[in-house]
Amino acid sequence: MKFINYLESIAGIAIYPMISLFIFFVFFTLLVIYVIKADKAHIKELENMPLDNSSN
Amino acid sequence: MELEKFSYDNKIVKQFAYATIIWGLIGMTVGLLAALQLVFPVLNFNTSFTTFGRIRPLHTNAVIFAFVGNGIFMGVYYSLQRLCKARMFNDTLSKIHFWGWQLIILSAVLTLPLGLTTGKEYAELEWPIDIAITLIWVVFGWNMFGTIIKRRERHLYVAIWFYIATFVTVAVLHIVNSFELPVSMFKSYSWYAGVQDALVQWWYGHNAVAFFLTTPYLGLMYYFIPKAANRPVYSYRLSIIHFWALIFLYIWAGPHHLLYTSLPDWAQSLGVVFSIMLIAPSWGGMINGLLTLRGAWDKVREDVVLKFLVVAVTAYGMATFEGPMLSLKNVNAIAHFTDWIVAHVHVGALGWNGFLTFGILYWLIPKMFRTELYSKKLANWHFWLGTLGILFYAIPLYWAGFMQSLMWKEFTEEGLLKYPNFLETVVQIMPMYMARSIGGVLYLTGVIIMTYNIFKTVKKGDFLANEEAEAAPLMKTYEAHGKEHWHRVIERRPIQLMILSLVVILIGGVIEMVPTFLIQSNVPTIASVKPYTPLELQGRDIYVREGCYTCHSQMIRPFRSETARYGEYSKAGEFVYDHPFQWGSKRTGPDLHRIGGKYPDSWHFNHMLDPTTMSPGSIMPSYTWLFDNDLDTGSTPAKIRAMITLGVPYEKGFDQVANDSLMNQSDRIAANLKKDGIETLSTKEIVALIAYLQRMGTDIKGENKK
Repeated sequence: MKFINYLESIAGIAIYPMISLFIFFVFFTLLVIYVIKADKAHIKELENMPLDNSSN
Repeated sequence: MELEKFSYDNKIVKQFAYATIIWGLIGMTVGLLAALQLVFPVLNFNTSFTTFGRIRPLHTNAVIFAFVGNGIFMGVYYSLQRLCKARMFNDTLSKIHFWGWQLIILSAVLTLPLGLTTGKEYAELEWPIDIAITLIWVVFGWNMFGTIIKRRERHLYVAIWFYIATFVTVAVLHIVNSFELPVSMFKSYSWYAGVQDALVQWWYGHNAVAFFLTTPYLGLMYYFIPKAANRPVYSYRLSIIHFWALIFLYIWAGPHHLLYTSLPDWAQSLGVVFSIMLIAPSWGGMINGLLTLRGAWDKVREDVVLKFLVVAVTAYGMATFEGPMLSLKNVNAIAHFTDWIVAHVHVGALGWNGFLTFGILYWLIPKMFRTELYSKKLANWHFWLGTLGILFYAIPLYWAGFMQSLMWKEFTEEGLLKYPNFLETVVQIMPMYMARSIGGVLYLTGVIIMTYNIFKTVKKGDFLANEEAEAAPLMKTYEAHGKEHWHRVIERRPIQLMILSLVVILIGGVIEMVPTFLIQSNVPTIASVKPYTPLELQGRDIYVREGCYTCHSQMIRPFRSETARYGEYSKAGEFVYDHPFQWGSKRTGPDLHRIGGKYPDSWHFNHMLDPTTMSPGSIMPSYTWLFDNDLDTGSTPAKIRAMITLGVPYEKGFDQVANDSLMNQSDRIAANLKKDGIETLSTKEIVALIAYLQRMGTDIKGENKK
């Protein structure tokens, strides 16, 4: 049995690219909105994570 | 709240650091040997184990998986513990991971020179080793997730996201690309054939660059640059976008390695579009790294660690600008198959991976050994030798690649190829090959100096195997300040982050590959293309074993300059029985797809024995052992059966009579050679190889005449 046969059985495969474009678009729109609106104090806390691990 | 006491495991970091240095020295020395073999063919030493075709895979595997691989684990094991405020999950797992990985490398060092190879670039290791890699990779993931889960820090720093994406993507890439059918203990056939194999391979190959050489090192960049500069990353917001955009886009870009080949057009275009888009996240990352040093450039002048890191990030920026440019079809038409590509990858490997590793080593070793670096002066020497080495390496090869490509494409006024003999274009670039070797020597000298420097530092230092630390445990419930945002939820949930990364990378992979497997018309079948005869199949396996694909392509692109030189351009349907495909990626020698029938058998016989007799000045090694070794006909039935399993239409029961057909054909070739005055036994390996070479690309020759 060739590998192709397993994939051929997937129904409605044509819609996959549309779904992915949609996910891609929505995800990045939301991501950019989040990043812009993110809380300053929270970001500050995150970006200092590598620096403050002496013994706290 | 009560603070918990625990300790960071520095010993495992130290072990990975030593392994990084040792394999780095070995991998680069082997690389230098390969470079010198192109200038002085005598350095192939006339043994099968040391010819370029076997040494080059050893070099690439050693540098990628041994040097950079150990470098990744060194950096991850150090930073992950600190970012999670927890010791590695399990010391035994750490040990299994370390020794398992070294054993895998060792098995590569043994098997590749022996010619045990799958013939797929950067995935040459045979199936038992592939399984071992999978197991050890799982151990690494288990240890990493165990650490993340028992962490004492609520949020996952962006570096950890990169580590998680690396883990999950490399697992997927490795498993999908390693689908192979074992024939014997050390021989397997790729599950895929021809165009499909090429697509899977370069989906893998490109993403090995993305998720083995790039994302883990970006994670290290996000940890070690702030550490070394003692200031937070320039923009954490940018790093969030950088992460998602990079893993979203990278996975699609693989087909740019197959422009103008027989790959369906839509897949090529997809590869180009996503490659161009990749500039954005790549440069976002580079800018984020460099701007972390804003206002601290005076430190860069003083601190050798920062110098290495700055050059590394700059090299990353250059390579990731060049990459998208090379994926434009018009640029690719010139650059592909030439030394330009070799220069491009070395800017990445020597500059980005190499220098980032060195910077981290110079920072990490004194820290763990509680001392100062033995000699700043030597480290500065290393820096300058390394930087010069990169320039001496890359510039001549850019020149060589560009020049050779133009020579391949140049026509006379009469409309004939100006340089019809491929060798003429090779001879022209020999000085550049020499200069490149000097670059390699400079770079390697720097690494040797570093090794000495680190050795002395270790000697005078006092190693801290277990670094004491304390931190408050995580509370079971998390109380958010105000309204919670969806992304912040992901930021502290490693498993969800992994699943999301997996989904993100699978979308690209699935969409790229499924249609090629699914739609039959994507690979038009050609009626006259028949399976290989048993002798040709055995000859093809010799071709794979000797690594011929490291210097010869089997892919004639549809350009006038190529059809004039090699013949009819390659069609997708011609490769349907090629497990694995052997299109190659570099033409140090000419394309071989239409070599069949071009020369008499005796030409190939003499040429393989001593290439310079047929092509004076050739830099191809001699393959004298093919004339001594008897062909292993015992493997023929199993190989035929494997091919039948993979869908090659041999008749039922053909495996039982395959050797009769094999003997018949080899006797004919021996008789043919005898007519030209060459006496050889028909049982020798060279006869099988000649059979394969004479078959290549001939299936559709008859059709064209009609």
